[in-house]
Amino acid sequence: MQFEWIQIPYALLTLFIVLNFGLIMNAFVAKIGARVGRRHGIPIYQNYLDLIKNYGLRSSITHGMMFYLGPVFRLTGGVGLIMFVPTIYGSLMFSNFSFSGDLILALYFIFFGTLGMALGAGESGHPHAAIGISRGLSQVTMAELPLALAIFSIALQYQTLSVTEIVAAQQGGIQNWTLFTNPLAVAAAMLSFLGSVMRPPFDVVLAPQEIPIGPPTEYHSSYLALMQTNRVIYPIAKMVIFMNLFYGGADNWLVFFLKIFLIYMFAVFVGVVFPRFRVEQSIRWFLIWAVPIGVLAVVLV
Amino acid sequence: MKEELEKRIVKGPDGVEFEVEPLQDYYCQEAPTVMPAAYSKIVEGFFNWARSESLWILGFGTGCGAIEMRPLMTPRFDAYRYGVQWRPTPRQSNLFIISGYLSVKTLKRVIRSYEQMQNPKYVIGLGSCTINGGMYWDSYNTIKRLDQYLPVDLYITGCMPRPEALLAGFVDLKKLIRSGKAEGANEYAENFEWYKANQKKVINDWDMPDYNW
Repeated sequence: MQFEWIQIPYALLTLFIVLNFGLIMNAFVAKIGARVGRRHGIPIYQNYLDLIKNYGLRSSITHGMMFYLGPVFRLTGGVGLIMFVPTIYGSLMFSNFSFSGDLILALYFIFFGTLGMALGAGESGHPHAAIGISRGLSQVTMAELPLALAIFSIALQYQTLSVTEIVAAQQGGIQNWTLFTNPLAVAAAMLSFLGSVMRPPFDVVLAPQEIPIGPPTEYHSSYLALMQTNRVIYPIAKMVIFMNLFYGGADNWLVFFLKIFLIYMFAVFVGVVFPRFRVEQSIRWFLIWAVPIGVLAVVLV
Repeated sequence: MKEELEKRIVKGPDGVEFEVEPLQDYYCQEAPTVMPAAYSKIVEGFFNWARSESLWILGFGTGCGAIEMRPLMTPRFDAYRYGVQWRPTPRQSNLFIISGYLSVKTLKRVIRSYEQMQNPKYVIGLGSCTINGGMYWDSYNTIKRLDQYLPVDLYITGCMPRPEALLAGFVDLKKLIRSGKAEGANEYAENFEWYKANQKKVINDWDMPDYNW
């Protein structure tokens, strides 16, 4: 596939759909949590209002250059990730720029935002931010390891690094999904997924009760709004990769929404059942349970 | 003033001596300015509507009224329905509830927290103690009238007001914000000298910059 100018508006359209879907899905999940607690919970459109309000605040202060760039890097990570994976399989409109990026690029983008955030929040100089960053970086690094192993395993299995080709190889029925052809890799990746969506038991990075809110403690107004935007886009971008690699991709938006929602609910269910890990516990947990599965997946493929 | 805030000569690791004045070097001394509303009236109305529907409260309980804010998160009252949320940091919150009596020592922290919030920001005085001192009217170390120290948008009366009263207060505050009357932050900037003079009158150990960005 070659680059054409029309792909830029198409990719922006994808981004728009993903952003709206993410805002509504997050509110929906919060509402489910509230209903479990016999509350009504936030209105379904609350996330839009929070976003508009934060973009609309009149004043904002800065702590330096990286403080500006932190949220920008973070958003770049999320948007970049979604730009280089095909959202809808077989659709010319929603394949984005997947022809020019492969799995290794996606792996880089997954980590990119975290690093940008670490630099930005580090410059804010708040002690809680520093604690949050040291926790976050160590945990995310550990959670990346099983994911990287799973991706190596899949690349070996399909003998390609192109996401589109991997999705193509899984078409023709549920039995062709990587979930059934390479269950070990999927297990390792899904355990790693838990560590990166900032839900319990791996949410000690933000830890609202202990270090008020972790890295974003000093972030406000439009900086915070940028980060909120990313918090909507980035998990979905990541789930799109998971859906493409393990669950046969999606050939229309309905299947896309359903699969993304179900993958997210996996993390939500685990989160409501298990209490929060400390960082050294979560690192040990990834080393003991997730990494060996990943190694096995690479060895056995 | 605390010793670590005083002007002093420090010797660096390479032997060079230099002068450090913490209040000048570590803080921005600039006074707040009046922030104009959005250029267009429609845009400002739209923003005001979003601001009124997304009230982020600073989780800072000053007096006994703080106990009345906790039930708002529970299924019985569930303030989240009204777009009310609690934030742990002043940078991200835009509503400060002064919950009950305010001792002079706490006032200092309240001022620091209030000044770190971003414009536009709102203050609710909860309970009679914020209006006229309440049952602490003759106490030697609590303030009597909150609006001499911070611009208050709304009072909720009672000793103590019940959580329902707080919910009603939120609804009233939303009306104020939507009509563009909740401009406390700009009032504070306009009458900055007056507020500072009042604050310094009661706070004897003033060891912070005049404005905490």
